Amino acid sequence: MVRVAVVRFPGSNCDEDALRAAARAGADAYYVWHREADLRGADVALLPGGFSYGDYLRSGAIARFSPVMQAVQRHAAAGGPVLGICNGFQILCEAHLLPGALMRNANLSFLSKPVDCVVERADTPFTHAYAAGARVRLPIAHGEGRYVATDDVLRELEAEGRVVLRYLPAGTPGAEGNPNGSLRDIAGVMNAAGNVVGIMPHPERAADPVTGSTDGAGFFTSLAAWARTAGAGSRA
Amino acid sequence: MTAPAPATVAEPWPGEPPMSPALVREHNLNDLEYERIVAMLGRAPTLTELGVFSALWSEHCSYKHSKPVLRTLPTAGPQVLQGPGENAGVLRLPDGWAVAFKIESHNHPSAVEPYQGAATGVGGILRDVFTMGARPVAVLNSLRFGPLDQPRNRYLFRGVVKGIGDYGNCVGVPTLGGEVAFAEGYSANPLVNAMCVGILRETDLMRAQARGVGNVLITVGASTGRDGIHGASFASEELSEASEARRPQVQVGDPFMEKLLLEATLELIGRRLIVAIQDMGAAGLTSSSAEMAARGGVGVEIDTALAPVREPGMTPYEILLSESQERMLVVAEPSRVDDVVAVCRKWELDAAVIGRVTDDGIFRVRHGDRVVVAIPGQRLVEDCPVYTPEARESDEARARRGARPGRGDVPVADALPRLLDAPTIASKKWVYEQYDSTVQAATVLGPGGDAGVLRVPDTGFGLAVTVDCNGRVVWLDPYEGGKAAVAEAARNVACTGAVPLGVTDNLNFGNPQKPEIYFQFREACRGIAEACVALGTPVTGGNVSFYNESPTSAVYPTPTIGMVGLLADVSARVPSHFQRAGDAIVVLGRTGGGLGGSAYWAEVLGFVGGAPPAVDLAAEAALVRLLVAAAGERLLRSAHDCSDGGLLVALAEAAVGAPYAEAPFGATADLRPLGPGLADPALAFAEDGARAVVSVAPDRVAALLALASAHGVPAAAVGTVGEPGAALAVHLPGGAVTWPSPVLRATYFDAIPRRLREDGGAAGS
Repeated sequence: MVRVAVVRFPGSNCDEDALRAAARAGADAYYVWHREADLRGADVALLPGGFSYGDYLRSGAIARFSPVMQAVQRHAAAGGPVLGICNGFQILCEAHLLPGALMRNANLSFLSKPVDCVVERADTPFTHAYAAGARVRLPIAHGEGRYVATDDVLRELEAEGRVVLRYLPAGTPGAEGNPNGSLRDIAGVMNAAGNVVGIMPHPERAADPVTGSTDGAGFFTSLAAWARTAGAGSRA
Repeated sequence: MTAPAPATVAEPWPGEPPMSPALVREHNLNDLEYERIVAMLGRAPTLTELGVFSALWSEHCSYKHSKPVLRTLPTAGPQVLQGPGENAGVLRLPDGWAVAFKIESHNHPSAVEPYQGAATGVGGILRDVFTMGARPVAVLNSLRFGPLDQPRNRYLFRGVVKGIGDYGNCVGVPTLGGEVAFAEGYSANPLVNAMCVGILRETDLMRAQARGVGNVLITVGASTGRDGIHGASFASEELSEASEARRPQVQVGDPFMEKLLLEATLELIGRRLIVAIQDMGAAGLTSSSAEMAARGGVGVEIDTALAPVREPGMTPYEILLSESQERMLVVAEPSRVDDVVAVCRKWELDAAVIGRVTDDGIFRVRHGDRVVVAIPGQRLVEDCPVYTPEARESDEARARRGARPGRGDVPVADALPRLLDAPTIASKKWVYEQYDSTVQAATVLGPGGDAGVLRVPDTGFGLAVTVDCNGRVVWLDPYEGGKAAVAEAARNVACTGAVPLGVTDNLNFGNPQKPEIYFQFREACRGIAEACVALGTPVTGGNVSFYNESPTSAVYPTPTIGMVGLLADVSARVPSHFQRAGDAIVVLGRTGGGLGGSAYWAEVLGFVGGAPPAVDLAAEAALVRLLVAAAGERLLRSAHDCSDGGLLVALAEAAVGAPYAEAPFGATADLRPLGPGLADPALAFAEDGARAVVSVAPDRVAALLALASAHGVPAAAVGTVGEPGAALAVHLPGGAVTWPSPVLRATYFDAIPRRLREDGGAAGS
């Protein structure tokens, strides 16, 4: 069974949701507290959403200095899969495990709503249960989700196909478009090695039929199946 | 002649002024109250004691003008585990689960500092719920502002919404519903009522009763500063020009600290490490310690010199009355102190022992060696004078009910878009998209429908939650308006398929010492009580907010009803909006055609008056039973109650009001058989209660009509859900009227953003 470490910071508030979704998909999911210095043999590290340390300075800016983030860095450097969701994505950017940054939404307001996205990479540890190009509707809930990066970085991301998840642009039938002003409608990216992924939408909130959608369940079935399938080869 | 010995001994704090009538008045205490204090103590109080009485005998803490009326509300029922008197009410759920819930106002602070006022309102109500041992799973809010054409009202509206959002979003509790209404009377007196719903195991239920002589008192969380001193007294006076000067009495919230307190509290309770816990809310350390002691029938002694403070030189008076946020007071056995402190440290919280439980029944406060407060504890909390002010309906109020609009009807074709454009009726998407509505991954039906629905984690059942009140109707007829608020809440809960379980009420009124205001209060409560009996929903607690008045206006009397319902099988939940073209549209309930107090008169004709339709509680109860039964049998594809704007607005909302549908549905309906002899506006817009617009698969219509008949509810199949993007077409006695559904949808969703664009810049989506 894949061991999934759900990293808890003071102020994490999607930790339980992520843990449940991973467990429901068949993973052995457990919490790792921010003061812990190792991930206790995790196959996958999951950084959930929330407001780590209150995010009073800048989202994720304090969390990156916590002891557990040193362990996440080592895990990532060794090729271990890391998924950051929402605040977790912000932390991964602050920790330079992912390029770019997440700024205040273009309309300056917190936004909670379902958004329509395309899964552009279906060969990551977190998306291989999807077909490339799959359209998914996932909830977002963030005040700082506008993805920005330098032109060079954006070009590199596009050239290397490292945009994992993209908001369907305005004008797509049935979709409201990019919700937060992210450059190139980017909703999620991965690192060059493909083992670290950050996304703003919350797949763990769309993984139970009674909540109206299971479009996000694939992220968790993907990671739960990783070690047994494609992942085995790419883990350093 | 020798004076009798004082009942207790306390010394003044060095440098404090001598007692004087002016000092007593500054503390919002009248002569009768002061005399009672002197008689109780057998001496003049110290300044610190006067501050303590001022807080606990404020309207906010003592309910001195409302108690006699509150006693008439029904509070019992087989589902009630905890009624009024605790931090929150608690109702029994299946399988050993329970729900704790409570509503509270933060009106006055929000009027002078909307962002922090609203944010700390959310913080306070969350603490009331998690101190019962419950994990908060939903928040709702009920808001009132003046019209959005005034910049000050837009400022308050934006600030309050952002304050609520920033706080609740950070703590991680989804906002599942709410209501926002706009009317002139709220211009200087916005209402901000926040409700929290939490889930617990029945065996984890914690009550705020200090017990066990020798047990210790521990403060947990933020340290104590000079903010919010006398907030409870502030909430107990009318707003005026001078209220701006009260801004320093508005506290500042720290939702991150709140999240840590939440987790620490639930761990302390779950591991059975503590005896009691209470939030230091209104009147801070004073009320939390005095109330826990009184409930437990014990005394307490506190040393304010031991309380962690933010700044040097704070006096006992300031420490006792500070309303610094995110602080809790815990009672624990001495042997557990180390464990309690360890849990707090893990959650990065400070904890400090500041006192102990005593056997003499005295509420005693010392600062080091000097005793500055010594008051018989039970009497401090319970002996505040209780007033039953004169209640008399004003002649103007009676005249309002008899009045009629001074102008002729507006055609239904024009009136419907104007109603959908009225901010009170229009979509609140601009509001609820600023609130996280899906955190905790249990949201089954989010905001924008009749009631929010969540799944109780790891179970098959769900809760439906709503807040409702139509202040205009209560203003015109307090008794019928009180009934109507409960009935509407019950309909909203039942539309989702849930059985209404219980109520928490937030009674927002003007100055109770004015006879016409007290009449509104008493009559509204009489209506609420009757409706709660008829619908089987006991009142488990709530909040009274008086003095919602400014020199220029008083609010509409606004007794907001928060209601919780149980959906035994959460997968049977019924959404509000049409789901499929070709489904049949069925109207449940009887249309009487009364337009008194209606939104049509108010929003379209600009006339607020007339007698609102009487609420038929038997019909309301029958409709609730029918909706629950029909949902249980999976007969309904959607259900939406008729309230503001009546039948036609309900029909239009069901067609075009789904916030994230790809396209609005069209609909065709012949309303003529529902109200023979009625004119078009009366048929379309009358606000009779006990009605709902439902949609049903064509082959289930007969079954639904039969079920309705068995429940004694009139039901008529009036039409069909149209294709996405098709027209809304209704047949009225005066002829057929049609509207393009995309136009109605744009009107409904843009009404509030359009008005906020007045300020320039981004209005939000």
